[in-house]
Amino acid sequence: MDFSLTEEHLMAQQMVRDFAHNEIYPTIKEWDRKQQLNPIVLPRMAELGILGINIPVRYGGQGFDYLTLALVCEELERVDTPLRVIMSVHMGLNSMSVLQWGTEEQKQRFLVPQAKGEKYAAFGLTEPNAGSDVAAMSSTARREGDVYILNGEKMWISLATKAHHILVFAKTDPHANPPHSGITAFMITDDMKGVTSGDIHDKLGVRAGSTGWVAMQDVEVPVENRIGEEGEGFYIAMAALDNGRYTVGAGAVGLIRACLEDSIKYAHSRETFGKPIAKHQLVQQKIAFMQQWYDASKLLIMKAGWLKNIGQRNTRETSVAKWYATDMSVQAALEAIQIHGAYGFSDEYDVERYLRNGKGAVIYEGTSEIHQLMQAGYALGFREDRPLRCELPAYDPEFWQN
Amino acid sequence: MHVVVLTKSTPDTAAKVSVEGGTVTWKEAMVLNPWDEYAVTEAVLLKEAHKVKATVMTLGKEEHGEALKQGIAIGCDQGIRIWDDGLEGHDSLLYARSVAAAVQKLGDASLVIFGKEFSDTNTDQHVYQVARKLGWTVLGSVAKILEIDFGAGTIKVERLLEQGKQIVTSKLPVVIAVLKDINEPKYPSFIGIRKASKADIPVWGLADLGVDAGSLKTKVTALAEPPKREGEVEMITGDSAAQIAATLADKLLEDKVL
Repeated sequence: MDFSLTEEHLMAQQMVRDFAHNEIYPTIKEWDRKQQLNPIVLPRMAELGILGINIPVRYGGQGFDYLTLALVCEELERVDTPLRVIMSVHMGLNSMSVLQWGTEEQKQRFLVPQAKGEKYAAFGLTEPNAGSDVAAMSSTARREGDVYILNGEKMWISLATKAHHILVFAKTDPHANPPHSGITAFMITDDMKGVTSGDIHDKLGVRAGSTGWVAMQDVEVPVENRIGEEGEGFYIAMAALDNGRYTVGAGAVGLIRACLEDSIKYAHSRETFGKPIAKHQLVQQKIAFMQQWYDASKLLIMKAGWLKNIGQRNTRETSVAKWYATDMSVQAALEAIQIHGAYGFSDEYDVERYLRNGKGAVIYEGTSEIHQLMQAGYALGFREDRPLRCELPAYDPEFWQN
Repeated sequence: MHVVVLTKSTPDTAAKVSVEGGTVTWKEAMVLNPWDEYAVTEAVLLKEAHKVKATVMTLGKEEHGEALKQGIAIGCDQGIRIWDDGLEGHDSLLYARSVAAAVQKLGDASLVIFGKEFSDTNTDQHVYQVARKLGWTVLGSVAKILEIDFGAGTIKVERLLEQGKQIVTSKLPVVIAVLKDINEPKYPSFIGIRKASKADIPVWGLADLGVDAGSLKTKVTALAEPPKREGEVEMITGDSAAQIAATLADKLLEDKVL
């Protein structure tokens, strides 16, 4: 077993750490209060190549491996969750789906500009009345000659008002049995007639992020924008979640680290009963748990990343990593606030924001309850992964870097 | 045509440095000398704008190779490390003789860039000694390169001095030391990071440079921590801001701070 990171991994990690710390950290409180995405974030992430980090150079990306994606997500969420959310939707859910399922022509048309950061990408699966129960979606796609006519509304969509390309799912066969076999995937673009979007405000957390809705009214989508086959959408969505959840879990590792680092700093500086609170055993216990949660979460995520690198199916491993890391990030945030006492309850310190931001991630991309059902399903033999028509390609340095 | 930027790895400025048994120690990882972030960036900007070659160079043991890799990741074409057992304990004069020889060995260099100073030793005499050994003009405290023409061999810079700004023109080749005002430091690019991780960095020894270490002119004979500064904190209270300010002003006058 080799747990070591390469020099490339470490330098990429440091670069993203410096960017997030130097350019974004000083502005977070302001944009969190404004409930808007800091307008410099997407252009800077594009300019620095972060938006194409693990996409092959031939498709406009930077040619790094899947582990680097996790390291980048950790560094981004160490500073602020909305930064990582961008990677989850632009990279994990959308760009990696095009890499996995897109035709060569679709890769040139969608993936190249996305990896270069010229176009931002989002993912539209959830609807006002269909979250965990994906097959209950009511969006429809009716084939008429060379186009599909899409109707429906997507909700809780990150980058809804910022993305140029949105990977949406709609039923080409609303009466299919089982229902999920009637779902098909399409890439819609924000300039298509009938596509409208808006932001959702007053969320508990991720307030400096962009979350919204996308409505489709008689949107004409060319056949060549269909990703995969008709009826394959459910599998594409689930495969996308294997990648999206990976980024969410990796981000949660960063959030736990944020809780740990901030708590250590505070515990050394704050004194009660004549000594730093770091000397009190009950505070030490909280720090110890945070360290444990960080280490275990990181190992689970890195194992999922390693499986992606070698091209092995990782649905179960990604699910358990995302479930554990996000649950523990909420716990870590609660403990970090407790260590900070009343100061932790105010936005003078960052830890209250960690709790608000962390709570979202135990709901989106598979609630913790869904992950528990999945794990039990695998363990009890109720669930097994069948081969996909297109698997996520293994990381091949030759192919990726040339 | 060729720009050479000199750098080294130094302890992070946030590192807790102490002296134990006559040796300086710290736990944190080394970083690119903070002043050199500007110097390296300027070399890369010149490379991009003028299609010249940019070489990042250091004199030091293997750990200083990290600074070279950082320089390549930011955009320099190549890195060269100067080291030899004969350089152990070198002073700034031996540094200057070795670096000047290395710059001359490159053959086509016409601009050498340094950061304002080395942040670990807080010294900058090496900049002027290198220029002297090369026999080149030296321009310190450069805040902006206003014009540079490698073909015509001219440079015009703005220097930031205590007396104000000074615009200076010179013929190339020159050695410059740059201030923070000169640019916004660049991050490494991902493509640069890959190039750096694969880079083969040559090590030039004294024999390669034709330098005889000779005997050192200066030697460090002892290192010790500076005495801890002691002070007292006094909270000034009062009924109004004006009264507090007046009391503070009186105190500062009394202690001859003002």
